[in-house]
Amino acid sequence: MSKLLRVEDVHKSYGTEEVLKGVSFGMEKGETKVVIGPSGTGKSTLLRCINRLTPADRGRVWLGGEEITHTRTNINKIRAQIGFVFQSFNLFSHLTALGNVRIAPMKVKGMGKAEATQLARTELERVGLADKADAYPAELSGGQQQRVSIARALAMFPQLILFDEPTSALDPELIGEVLEVMVALAKEGMTMLVVTHEMGFARAVADEIIFMEHGVIVEHGPPAQLFSHPEHARTGEFLNKISELYGETD
Amino acid sequence: MRASLINVQLLVALIAIGFVVGTLVALLQVYGGRFFGGIARIYEWIFRSIPALVLLFLFYYGPPRFGVSITPFLAAALALGLRSSAYQSQIFRGAIQCIPTGQMMAARSMGMSRLRSIFSVILPQAFRVSIPGWTNEFSSVVKDTTLAYVVGFNEVMRNARIISDSHYELAMLAFICVALVFLVLTAAGNGLMGVVERRFRIPGLQTPGASRGEQCR
Repeated sequence: MSKLLRVEDVHKSYGTEEVLKGVSFGMEKGETKVVIGPSGTGKSTLLRCINRLTPADRGRVWLGGEEITHTRTNINKIRAQIGFVFQSFNLFSHLTALGNVRIAPMKVKGMGKAEATQLARTELERVGLADKADAYPAELSGGQQQRVSIARALAMFPQLILFDEPTSALDPELIGEVLEVMVALAKEGMTMLVVTHEMGFARAVADEIIFMEHGVIVEHGPPAQLFSHPEHARTGEFLNKISELYGETD
Repeated sequence: MRASLINVQLLVALIAIGFVVGTLVALLQVYGGRFFGGIARIYEWIFRSIPALVLLFLFYYGPPRFGVSITPFLAAALALGLRSSAYQSQIFRGAIQCIPTGQMMAARSMGMSRLRSIFSVILPQAFRVSIPGWTNEFSSVVKDTTLAYVVGFNEVMRNARIISDSHYELAMLAFICVALVFLVLTAAGNGLMGVVERRFRIPGLQTPGASRGEQCR
């Protein structure tokens, strides 16, 4: 089986608290999976263990045929192929939107400035921000900043993009523009692993929802199945609760 | 006075030494781990503790005892430059530490190495934050250049002393001239730093005329 991403029995503890207690799953190329679960269940930690921003204590992760968790793997090379979109955007505040998008192709891939600029303009246009190329992050709204950060990830032509609660820091009226971009990406066949509570997004594009609690995957399956026939009572309970909170009913 | 040019030369040399070494010391203190961070802290402690005059004498009279000859200029530039580096390191360290950790995380997540992230992402922001504190250090070391007269360095102050020793009636005039030289030097330096600060201001983040605390989240 040639899965694009394989996560196998990943464990992670902070001090005496075990945040991830053996998480395993895989992703095919082009799939979108949504990770949900109460806060403090290790969803963000899981994403960070995948690109080794946080090293896992145990378990293994593969991107294609390469083991990310192997200590001799060139992690920078792997990270260049995995986009990461943060809850708090983390745009480089001293660079314009354009500068933010072209910096990694230039500094990591050694792309020339003219080519990188061209690429950055294309990616900014893709997220609908061609006209904001020269604006600095502090001059942009949260929704615009997050779209720039998606463009920044796209400019590296990643095999996979990890989204860590990309809309949780946004005002409600700005969430839509970010989700719109993400939905388009999913439909174009980008492989995406998304931690979010946006059930509308999950229903629309997720191939699978992964429900995590207390550091383990409680249940996973297609959205329709999880919403209508959850195997575990806890899954249904949680889905109902966030659906209520986020105004998602059907 | 032509001698004031010599002070400017010394100033440029000591600021350059202080800037480069200070940046290195700050980076080691923040990212160097226990060993290199410890060395950097000891270095900073030594050079911030010893009075400037003592340092000058040590650097001027020290090397010849080991058979190394040293010019007054080099001794003064090193003594004052390394001393300034210890002070500058703390300005830079504070600035580096107030750059949100998310900046480093984002840089690393795109595949930049740690060193690349520091030079492309962290330092460009940290230097901007450092400017006000750095201007302060600058106006302090401008005046330190007069101390170099104790090692026989032919700078303004030494010339003023020579004049006042031989023509007592000109003493006041000589020192007033020295004072004027430094008023001009400091004004020019601060003006220059003001230009630098405006030139590198980050739109939307740093408002004109005031430095907002927001950049230090």
